[in-house]
Amino acid sequence: MNTWLAILIGSLSVFSWKFLGYLLPTRLLESNLLSKLASFLTIALLAGLVGLQTFTGNQRLEFDARIPAILVAVVLLKFRAPFLVIVIMAGATAAFLRLVF
Amino acid sequence: MSIGKGSVTSVSISVGIATGIYGISFGALSVTAGFDLWRTMALSLLMFSGGSQFAFVAVFATGGASALPAAITSAWLVGIRNGFYALTLAPKLGPKGLLRAFAAQLTIDESTAVSASRENSEEQRKGFWLTGLAVFVFWNLATVIGALLGSIISDPKIFGLDAAAAAALFALVWPRIQKSTGAIIAAISILGSTLLSLYLPSGFPVLLAAAVAVSVGFWLDRSKS
Repeated sequence: MNTWLAILIGSLSVFSWKFLGYLLPTRLLESNLLSKLASFLTIALLAGLVGLQTFTGNQRLEFDARIPAILVAVVLLKFRAPFLVIVIMAGATAAFLRLVF
Repeated sequence: MSIGKGSVTSVSISVGIATGIYGISFGALSVTAGFDLWRTMALSLLMFSGGSQFAFVAVFATGGASALPAAITSAWLVGIRNGFYALTLAPKLGPKGLLRAFAAQLTIDESTAVSASRENSEEQRKGFWLTGLAVFVFWNLATVIGALLGSIISDPKIFGLDAAAAAALFALVWPRIQKSTGAIIAAISILGSTLLSLYLPSGFPVLLAAAVAVSVGFWLDRSKS
């Protein structure tokens, strides 16, 4: 598939939720099931990607400097560090470990 | 975030800068995943939803062109919560015609949160539009900066950009896994997608693991109540 086409379809599909919300009756908000589905899906998809980006590479398991980097991120999250600090520190941790070992 | 303090204008702009600036990490990661500057900019301008954009780029990074259908599906599913924001905002904003399309595009976590933190209806409207516009402007500017920085880096691994990508996604889920159901869903999904990636073509592991994790989430939720 062409990447431009994928970007357009992807953007349109994300927009479709946003736009749909302005067209539908507000009472749908009372549906517990729907709001839980939205929340659970967000957690599951993002977490799944964390797994892939932390533990895999080239279609197999690869345990490397990314794991300590994520542990650093967890500590910083516990201390409520800002998003950008977390991202930079995780990158720096992995970069440093790769430089040294 | 101390969203309620200060005038609605200053809150909107500071949230816009604080959130927008992490467009730098998106820009850098998107280029690292294999998109060029123009495609990266298009994602921030058109998709304009952090979680969906990170998901789209992350799935593409795992499998390239063959993973694009799965990248679209992931971005779409991550974006579902924006629909709920729109539902809550619709009666407050009451946008008509073309304005409705603009309101829809600016309907994201931050514009919704600032609007919801205000008491009177004029400030709710103002908070939504100002925050949405501020995040839009700063997010897109930061995306360009990040993409340019990312493209001058020859090997992203030397700078730990692969680890930064994982940390960015993790920071996005973090606030949602502070309760046990959320944490269990995340754990199943992390483990499931990692193991499935050994057997399935890229893109599918995340979707399948998410389906299982969400089902378990509903089951836990039902047995709790």
